[in-house]
Amino acid sequence: MSLPSSPTDFSLADARDAVRTKKISSRELTEAFVTAIEGARVLNAFVTETPDRALEMADASDARLAQGEARPLEGLPLAVKDLFCTKGVRTTAGSRILSNFIPPYESTVTQNLWDAGAVLLGKTNMDEFAMGSSNETSYFKPVLNPWRARDSNQNLVPGGSSGGSAASVAGKLCLAATGTDTGGSIRQPAALTGTVGLKPTYGRCSRWGIVAFASSLDQAGPMTRTVRDAAILLTTMASVDAKDSTSVAMPVPDYETGLESGVKGLKVGIPREYRIDGAPSEIDVLWAKGAEWLRAQGAEIVDVSLPHTKYALPAYYIVAPAEASSNLARYDGVRYGHRTSDAKDIVELYEKSRAEGFGAEVRRRILVGTYVLSAGYYDAYYARAQKLRTLIARDFTEAFTRCDVLLTPATPGPAFALGAKTDDPVSMYLNDVFTVTVNLAGLPGLVVPAGLTANRLPLGLQIIGKAFDETTVLRAGRAVEWAADFAAKPDAWWRAA
Amino acid sequence: MSVNKETVRRIAKLARLALDEERVEPMMNELNNILAWVQQLEEVDITGVPGLTSVVEQRLKMRDDVVTEGNTAAALMANAPLAEDHFFVVPKVVE
Amino acid sequence: MSATERSARLIEGARGAWEVVIGLEVHAQVLSHAKLFSGAATVFGAEPNTQVSFVDAAMPGMLPVINRYCVEQAVRTGLGLKARINPVSVFDRKNYFYPDLPAGYQISQYKNPIVGEGEVFIDLPHGETVRVGIERLHLEQDAGKSLHDQHPDYSYVDLNRAGVALMEIVSKPDMRSSEEAAAFLKKLRAIVRYLGTCDGNMDEGSMRADVNVSVRKPGGPLGTRCEIKNVNSMRFVVQAVEYEARRQIDVIERGGTIAQETRLFDSKAGETRPMRSKEEAHDYRYFPDPDLLPLELEQNWIDGIAASLPELPDEKKARFLRDYGISAYDAGVLVTERELADYYEALARGADAKLAVNWLNNEILGRLNRDGRTIGECPVSAAANNAILRMVADETISGKIAKDVLDIVWTEGGDPHAIVEQRGLRQVTDMGAIEHAVDAVIAANPEKVEEAKAKPKLAGWFVGQVMKQTGGKANPQVVNALLKARLELPEEG
Repeated sequence: MSLPSSPTDFSLADARDAVRTKKISSRELTEAFVTAIEGARVLNAFVTETPDRALEMADASDARLAQGEARPLEGLPLAVKDLFCTKGVRTTAGSRILSNFIPPYESTVTQNLWDAGAVLLGKTNMDEFAMGSSNETSYFKPVLNPWRARDSNQNLVPGGSSGGSAASVAGKLCLAATGTDTGGSIRQPAALTGTVGLKPTYGRCSRWGIVAFASSLDQAGPMTRTVRDAAILLTTMASVDAKDSTSVAMPVPDYETGLESGVKGLKVGIPREYRIDGAPSEIDVLWAKGAEWLRAQGAEIVDVSLPHTKYALPAYYIVAPAEASSNLARYDGVRYGHRTSDAKDIVELYEKSRAEGFGAEVRRRILVGTYVLSAGYYDAYYARAQKLRTLIARDFTEAFTRCDVLLTPATPGPAFALGAKTDDPVSMYLNDVFTVTVNLAGLPGLVVPAGLTANRLPLGLQIIGKAFDETTVLRAGRAVEWAADFAAKPDAWWRAA
Repeated sequence: MSVNKETVRRIAKLARLALDEERVEPMMNELNNILAWVQQLEEVDITGVPGLTSVVEQRLKMRDDVVTEGNTAAALMANAPLAEDHFFVVPKVVE
Repeated sequence: MSATERSARLIEGARGAWEVVIGLEVHAQVLSHAKLFSGAATVFGAEPNTQVSFVDAAMPGMLPVINRYCVEQAVRTGLGLKARINPVSVFDRKNYFYPDLPAGYQISQYKNPIVGEGEVFIDLPHGETVRVGIERLHLEQDAGKSLHDQHPDYSYVDLNRAGVALMEIVSKPDMRSSEEAAAFLKKLRAIVRYLGTCDGNMDEGSMRADVNVSVRKPGGPLGTRCEIKNVNSMRFVVQAVEYEARRQIDVIERGGTIAQETRLFDSKAGETRPMRSKEEAHDYRYFPDPDLLPLELEQNWIDGIAASLPELPDEKKARFLRDYGISAYDAGVLVTERELADYYEALARGADAKLAVNWLNNEILGRLNRDGRTIGECPVSAAANNAILRMVADETISGKIAKDVLDIVWTEGGDPHAIVEQRGLRQVTDMGAIEHAVDAVIAANPEKVEEAKAKPKLAGWFVGQVMKQTGGKANPQVVNALLKARLELPEEG
């Protein structure tokens, strides 16, 4: 393998080979990313950079590599979404209310990474408490998409809530990153930044130590440059965790196995309800191209129906805020986090600490969630939405009797300008229209960069699979990736700044 | 279903979120916007449909009755905005 | 119990008789090593915030995992209440804000509790038995503790208790007097102590009662009830019920209506008053906890627990009546504490059951009360007491000497047989020696002989003198018979 022109150009897989074959040391690799991060601060992808710790970890990895004791991710520098608690390293969830929180414990997913020898570059910026689709709700200000439209200086959003992770992968500020996905927060930003994002089956990765947003929907996953990289990273992130009652006792396979075995004979379902009126025709064209790529590689394209698709978004905007309103009750200024300096009694302590500590979108969702759970409304809203989830899950089960995976668009459009959708929450919510069904049913979903718009912005395609069938999803994703041959890169406009 | 200002104030109280009076009406409109949109769920016939409890068949995991945690008062207090002698301190609560 | 007996419980108001209706919600801390959803310890009285997991402190990203043994203890208690064990139950979040509730919600069970309907039989002092229905039992987390009186402006929060497993046992509103309420609590406490599922220590807070009280005219519809929260002694339960019933009767008779409210019992003032923080009626927004799955119990697991239940108070009492022939009252007292019942059985082995009860009540419990000790702290074993009783039964020692022997063992320890031998306490049954003593006393006190002939009851003085002569070791029955004959006293009528 020849070395790329810069260490930051490595894919995770190639870097893994390079450090193992001593073509590059972990320290060199890490230093290159630390420098890149310093030079890219205008993107605002990181909330906390950890260069000293990164170099310490790199040196320790180099020592192991010298002994021939390489663990699966030995010496590989990664970025971690600031929703994962990292012991001794500030973890903010993109919020003022946790802006000074230093966890005394490590999340299971990130512990798995460090146990595999990975290196921590820093904590990435995100929508506050993972609530958002553009990374504009962060207390630490928005993240900028490394991509800009052709001949344009307009700053675009990277998507959300894992906007910082997506931007750092797209901007080559890390080899790969972790994200979390509750309604699309890995897949949608991956699509808007031309990167790969995988949300595994609910229960595949442990939620222990991840700041909770919506407990029945949250799932951690890899955000990477290639599908192979996602497979590698997922294999380490995933585990069966006794500390998480929702972690499923399914053994973790090596997800790289069979990645290149192709899609001959694979049945690929095209759900008709995913054709949205008013979506740009570029989306439909790309979707059809995707189906054609797979057919050309031997897959069989099948028409399927998911009749309850249109109810998924409204159901999500009942379930997620409801669970969030309860999960966020712990942020009260008593044991950690922001406390108001102006409280005359305990009620004021709560009310002001929370009003000061939470941003507008979070406050809005807490109120919606509190309302839909309140006396008299539980049956009409939350209970009803949970039943709708059963219907949506049944739709998928039925479709999967006729196909092995589904192919859909990832987003209703490319990256949009900062501020373009912040006036109307509902129009922002519509960004998740293709991704939300997958969270409600708890299934795995993978987004792969597939093409560019006329003005040179990335678009992705989504592959949805059966529960715990990430292997097939990744295999199909690899086939799309191979055919798409998405080689476009953003111009590094931020380096000029 | 829609909310009025009184309901917004009550919900904010339940959620312990201070809401300035001038923010009540805009919040009411925002909430009503969202609630109107989720209203469409009423079109669906959910008779006899159970709520989703988990994605795959599995039993609730149980732990053994063994003490495995604790004696971490210092770590617990490390992030506390106000603590004294390993107690969390809050403004006086009157029963 | 008949309707007329229960009607004797009615309270006289200014305008007629009233019936008080009482229901209890008892919170019983589960005996377990670790908490319900975390691995922190449950020991009472530890240094603040040392028995707190990050899960109990509701730190970001923390998740609950249920303790199997706590589930077992709840099932065991349900079986002890003759209740239905529900094979599927659900944990719900009960959402509200309070400093001792770190997550801003309590994990509890709302519509689908682990245990359903059951029953408890309570014994009242006059021999009546009342059946009190159990509505349900569910598992939930206990809250932490706040200290409000350490500083004028601040409260101090200790989370050691946060997350300890509680069983909430809800009775049906079947009680009709403060006496019945206390008897119910007492019986419940005995049952959980027998089962080893809760230690029932109300003063340590491991058992607390919320008391629901309403009043009505006999035969009328149920009145509005008030809930008196967190009453932490049986005595206070009685006082609270009586005060509250009176208060409600007064209000109604003056033409007012009872507001449904939550109240506190102020033990110093002996009255109930409304809780300050009653603000809005709590909207707990219950929903199933998405961090957990429904709890499903295997029937053979439940059966295994049922098969290993100890003999419970009611069964033990019935067996005592059958096998020992003691009174219902005595049997009832003995089974209140399993330790006491076990002590009695060891005491009565091979001895007269009724004598054993009397010995236990008069000599042992008497001394224990004097010393402020419980049966578990008795310095003399049941076996040693049994030996003393057998020595009385085979006339080795007299009843009086037996008490002396007990005193010696009580204060100095030692084996009763050895003590009797070493100190020469054997009863004197040698007729010659006793006759000699009786004759000596009679001869020395001729005036007393005349007095005794006139007033036979004064013969007791002679018995005393003879006992002194013989160092207390003469058999008292023999002495009595001999004196009567010598003094030519008439037979007692």
